[in-house]
Amino acid sequence: MSYYFTILSPTDVPLFNIAFGTSKSGGDGIARFRFPDTAQYMNQFIIHSSLDIVEEAQWMNGNLYLKHVDTYPPASAYISAFLAPSGARFLLLHQPPQLPSTATGSGSSSLLGAGFSASALGGGSSSRASSSSIAANPTSPQTEEAVRQFMNEVYEVYVKTVMSPFYRQGMEIKSPVFRTRVTAAGRKWL
Amino acid sequence: MTQPRHSAMLSISNTNPIPIANDKQQPPSTQIQNLASTGLRVPSNRKTIYDRHLNRTRNAELSRAGFAFLFAEMVTYAQRRVTGIQDLERRLNEQGYPLGLRLLDLLYYRTMSSSTSSSLSSSSTSAAPPNRPLRILPLLHLIHGPLWRLLFNRPADALEHSVSPDTPNEYMITDNDPLVNTYISVPKEMSMLNCAAFVAGIIEGVCDGCGFEAKVTAHNQPTEMWPGRTVFLVRFGESVMEREKVLERAGVK
Repeated sequence: MSYYFTILSPTDVPLFNIAFGTSKSGGDGIARFRFPDTAQYMNQFIIHSSLDIVEEAQWMNGNLYLKHVDTYPPASAYISAFLAPSGARFLLLHQPPQLPSTATGSGSSSLLGAGFSASALGGGSSSRASSSSIAANPTSPQTEEAVRQFMNEVYEVYVKTVMSPFYRQGMEIKSPVFRTRVTAAGRKWL
Repeated sequence: MTQPRHSAMLSISNTNPIPIANDKQQPPSTQIQNLASTGLRVPSNRKTIYDRHLNRTRNAELSRAGFAFLFAEMVTYAQRRVTGIQDLERRLNEQGYPLGLRLLDLLYYRTMSSSTSSSLSSSSTSAAPPNRPLRILPLLHLIHGPLWRLLFNRPADALEHSVSPDTPNEYMITDNDPLVNTYISVPKEMSMLNCAAFVAGIIEGVCDGCGFEAKVTAHNQPTEMWPGRTVFLVRFGESVMEREKVLERAGVK
């Protein structure tokens, strides 16, 4: 699994983002998205396009964690959302590895990039069918629970940032300590 | 008279830099390593804000005198170069607003962590974390109860809806004896002023943070029993009332 996590302010300003890969079941924690390295903006594109759905779901469900809200089938990207009470949105894009065999054998990113156009057409449904294992299934309850734990941990660190008198709402979060904390939470739960 | 005073000042300024310089010299290796690795300066006890926990222990409360002093200073600060009472109240309101946004996040964090730690045995899903308010009433109850308890250790005294049919968007939260006004005596010529405008700003921040656009003002409404009684008038915006109707039809509580 590859993850792209971002925090958006209530006025849709990106405050923080990070890309990382799974550390569970022998993963090395490096993100390997299905896009070529030159097209990493696709992650941001997909994640921001889910905002409409988040804003709809936000008023139907009073939970902080909204679970899985949106799917982008061409890239089989799944998006989970968490809403901080003061309006910041935590969005996590997760993408299961393209093929179960390349995932274990550390597929090189250039190969994945070459295969992107082919997989974009028909890869969405086939990969969902092939990834029957729980860890690679982005909509299973186990995954939801893991993401919830991750979000809660990030929320704690976020509250600490917000409580700093030098932080104003809408400011980018630059602290390297924050980044390491989020990375650690990712390693722990995802 | 001036001579000894001058020398005393000199001695202060002389003694102060020395321990600071010592501090800097004492752990040069660790400090430099830190700077080199992260580009970040860490306090000498190596505890950043991320290493401190956010839950307040019982009885670890601030002194009332300290608060009164700070608040008086804030009022004085806000009073500089104001054009009138309204301007002064607006400034106090603006000081409270960011605090409201922060308190909201903190409040949820604390109720979440306390509910999970107190019921560790039950599964994590059953210890339901508090919900975000979607409608006006849950929001007002949040302010009236948990927020007031977090700030003043007691709930607010009353919560009312405007009876006038022209203003269905107005709600009133009453505090019989606001803590912020306890040590403030307003001069006669400024009798309209209510320094609880600061608290009104906090309420406004909470409403805005939850996505309920609102204007909140503080008004004096003394009674015989409570001379300091303050009413916080919460006026929700048009968009909120519209959404309220939609959500009511959709059956969202």
